[in-house]
Amino acid sequence: MLIKGTETMDSLVIAGRKFNSRLMVGTGKFSSNQAMQSAMEASGCEIVTVALRRVDINNPGDSMLQYIDRERYLLLPNTSGARDAEEAVRLARLACAAGCEPWIKLEITPDPYYLLPDPIETLKAAIILIKEGFNVLPYMPADPVLARHLEEAGCVTVMPLGAPIGTNRGMRTRDLINIIIEQANVPVVVDAGLGAPSHVAEAMEIGADAVLVNTALADTPNPALMGEAFKKGVEAGRMAYLAGLGPQRVKAQASSPLTGFLREE
Amino acid sequence: MSFFDLLQQHPAAELQQRFSQVETQDIDRALTRSKLSLDDFLCLLSPKISDSQIETLAGIAHRITSQRFGRTIQLYAPLYLSNECHNGCKYCGFSADNHDLRRKTLNDDEILREAEHLHRQGFRHILLLTGEAPEAAGVDFIEHVVRLLSNRFSSLSLEVFPMSREEYQRLVNAGVDGLTLYQETYDQVLYPDLHPYGPKSNFQFRLKGPERAGEAGLRRIGIGALLGLGDYLTDAFYTGLHARYLMKRFWRTQVTISFPRLRPAEGGFAPRSIVSDRQLTQLICALRLLAPDAGLVLSTRESAELRDNLLPLGITQMSAGSCTAPGGYEGDESDGEQFTISDHRTPAEICDILANRGYEAIWKDWDGAFTDQH
Repeated sequence: MLIKGTETMDSLVIAGRKFNSRLMVGTGKFSSNQAMQSAMEASGCEIVTVALRRVDINNPGDSMLQYIDRERYLLLPNTSGARDAEEAVRLARLACAAGCEPWIKLEITPDPYYLLPDPIETLKAAIILIKEGFNVLPYMPADPVLARHLEEAGCVTVMPLGAPIGTNRGMRTRDLINIIIEQANVPVVVDAGLGAPSHVAEAMEIGADAVLVNTALADTPNPALMGEAFKKGVEAGRMAYLAGLGPQRVKAQASSPLTGFLREE
Repeated sequence: MSFFDLLQQHPAAELQQRFSQVETQDIDRALTRSKLSLDDFLCLLSPKISDSQIETLAGIAHRITSQRFGRTIQLYAPLYLSNECHNGCKYCGFSADNHDLRRKTLNDDEILREAEHLHRQGFRHILLLTGEAPEAAGVDFIEHVVRLLSNRFSSLSLEVFPMSREEYQRLVNAGVDGLTLYQETYDQVLYPDLHPYGPKSNFQFRLKGPERAGEAGLRRIGIGALLGLGDYLTDAFYTGLHARYLMKRFWRTQVTISFPRLRPAEGGFAPRSIVSDRQLTQLICALRLLAPDAGLVLSTRESAELRDNLLPLGITQMSAGSCTAPGGYEGDESDGEQFTISDHRTPAEICDILANRGYEAIWKDWDGAFTDQH
């Protein structure tokens, strides 16, 4: 545990593995694989998530996988597109059989429009995959009770959404994420809806351990510059959290007390 | 409530009256909405839309699409299995009345050759098409073809005749994940004139096809009207109404919308109305605002130039290098086709155009491993 004030940045540890970056990056929606690569590089991320439905995981020459240096990044396959536990489990096994490390970002989103995670199926799949030896990182609604269940099942993180995927609406679930952070014994990664560096800074300021961003980096004419901006947002938020933010007050409080003279000797 | 019942609640005469009453300020108001009502959608389809309003509409459609789908276009190719058909659709090249057409249903070797051709070009999403002739290319045949191809492709969709829920279920179990079923026109009076005989003459059975497919668990359901057959404005409105109905009822299913349009005197058939490029653009953008998450599909029916221009305005899926005759990829392309295509560019050329315009071509966006049939 870092002692506050002794370092500016600390490491993120998930399932015993240490990461220097607290920003995870998704790989969808980019205008080209080069744009995706430039955003990844500039963001300083070390964990990159890839939708198994988008890649030919058995083919090392796959056009997208070629752009992800697996020496440098942890390739975190995700089950995006799965509608229930059975489908997600099947996909995870497929990735593992293809030689991926047994890490899986569990995404079960039966509704194709808001892509909201299914809490029941997610817990069901997590239990099966953890038994099979996977490190499971579940995308989940910002529900503190569900977070407890997923943690008890053995998930290595919990990944509540800030807002629906791709909406760029920021920390709409802030109050609930606050509770999850307060209660969690595994890293809390805010996963979706973060559309601006100020959003990720906000998540980190309140004590999230990491964030995951995709749309905001892909849906811009300059993914590399945005990647760098998010890197700085994450770092600024983490530093502020470590430094300790001052409490918010309703009334003004002068930096130099107005009645200090009364207490002067 | 079925969509047929919903359709009865929006009679064409009332819609036409409302279209005639739309004012400029109604369009302005609709352009400010974050969620469109059906009346807003109708206003955005209005012929009274000004150049500046259509520009605003296009800007909003572009922003929504870019945020929701990113700078990507998913590519697919049609594979025509058979052109045999018992229907007498007056506008279709496969019509039983077309005695000059050489009828053909591919055998396994021919299907595999065609499929291999598409696979070599990079396609992993294939749309299988037939006419409506159960003895030549019925449900058993389609199921057989799906099992024949499912290991080679990530996604197999169908554009065939409407089926029962049980038949759709069989094909889902075989590995089909998508369905396209155009109503052609939602005009119940005109429909029998255009489809005078054959199983397709049953308006309601066709209309309720997407609902049976949704009940059978199809993951993607595509709808559309063949624009120009009937009154353009009412068919456009009903298409949006249909999409919204399906999205609400089948919450696990992705709805896609296509906008095939008839060209003047196509196949000797005179369309009732000619839908202009401007109207088509307006419709695509209005549908994007009505259904921000729907897949919008543009085929090679449209010209290369128009397809390129429509690219940023809402389109999410495109066919490329298409041939509409069974056996046409490896054989004589012009023999036995359903309709003539306009965009003749190869898939590789389309990819280059996409890249030049800042879009990534997506060849694979699905995996048979989601289901255990592959």
